[in-house]
Amino acid sequence: MTAVLENTANTAQDGQAGAVASFEVTLKIRRYNPEVSEEAIWEEHTVTAHGTDRVLDALHKIKWELDGSLTFRRSCAHGICGSDAMRINGRNRLACKTLLKDVNPDKPITVEPIKGLPVVKDLVVDMEPFFASYREIMPFLITSGNEPSRENIQSQADRDRFDDTTKCILCAACTSSCPVFWTDGQYFGPAAIVNAHRFIFDSRDEGATQRLEVLNDKEGVWRCRTTFNCTEACPRGIEVTKAIQEVKRAMITRAF
Amino acid sequence: MSAQTTIPTPRSPYARRKTTRGNFELYSWVFMRASGVLLLVLVFGHLFVNLMVGDGIKAIDFAFVGGKWASPFWQTWDLLMLWLAMIHGTNGVRTVINDYAERDVTRGVLKGLLLLAFTFTVVLGTLVIFTFDPCPADAPAELLASFCTA
Repeated sequence: MTAVLENTANTAQDGQAGAVASFEVTLKIRRYNPEVSEEAIWEEHTVTAHGTDRVLDALHKIKWELDGSLTFRRSCAHGICGSDAMRINGRNRLACKTLLKDVNPDKPITVEPIKGLPVVKDLVVDMEPFFASYREIMPFLITSGNEPSRENIQSQADRDRFDDTTKCILCAACTSSCPVFWTDGQYFGPAAIVNAHRFIFDSRDEGATQRLEVLNDKEGVWRCRTTFNCTEACPRGIEVTKAIQEVKRAMITRAF
Repeated sequence: MSAQTTIPTPRSPYARRKTTRGNFELYSWVFMRASGVLLLVLVFGHLFVNLMVGDGIKAIDFAFVGGKWASPFWQTWDLLMLWLAMIHGTNGVRTVINDYAERDVTRGVLKGLLLLAFTFTVVLGTLVIFTFDPCPADAPAELLASFCTA
């Protein structure tokens, strides 16, 4: 999904930047405010947007110009911080990485909070259960022996082994797209397993056994049904299901 | 919006209900794969022998089954098929219950019923395979199969 300048031909001819096409877009947002009502409601807003605008830009426009009470998280707004994962047209995406033109702006675009986590207000969910599972897999380097006096060097091949899972930004798009997680909030979830994978397959790390022990749980990797929702949802393109399967395989080779 | 003056206590941090570590789910996962492969051989072997070899489907009658269960080979084959299929299927349904039943009570009751059905079928099936006698000694003659000659 790359933004493309469409009017290159015009620009070349008259030496002027072509105007970016603008259009009306309707956002159908799931609103919830426990101070007003226990019921969540759908609310529609129509704003003028441009071909280069993202869903986040439309949300900003609504919040800044139409309804200041609309609540959502966003920090960097450039797909790195992982704050603005939400369910857009029924799929988990980052609002800051999704162009309006890619989610069919002809029809109202539905925007909901991610599923499976308690909603605090509007699009803001309580991420604590998600981070609790993340902490449980010990997402830090575990080593033994003396403190190293020089760099801990690793070969390119060893680095490549876990390269994919280092990309995680902890946005919870994968975990909250998992049907197992929707009904069983105790499931560790794809994100925790991905971050365990990042250390289990790191040649410098010595905590693999402990981490495999943690995830060899009724609520651990064995609850994965390989539905691939997580792989599809990941805004960083991590092969999440593959990583989970690799952790399963490591457990099996360890047990037999 | 109510005029609330008391500030609610901060919510307690999220905690795992209890850790359920152990190799049970690992072995169950491996069993599903292994039994699945074995069942492919057993089930298709069963279908081939019953439906295609010799007279094919026309050969199946009481005598055919009786004859098969007289041989320890087919007894073992069917016993293995019964047990593997029952454990494989029951474990699959157990997984489905775990995935879909949200309340602990519902989950418990459903799993209890599942275990009951499993035990009943396996015990009955095993009993039949080992105690099957096509020509019981003290049965009245008109109830016996035609091939039973006293």
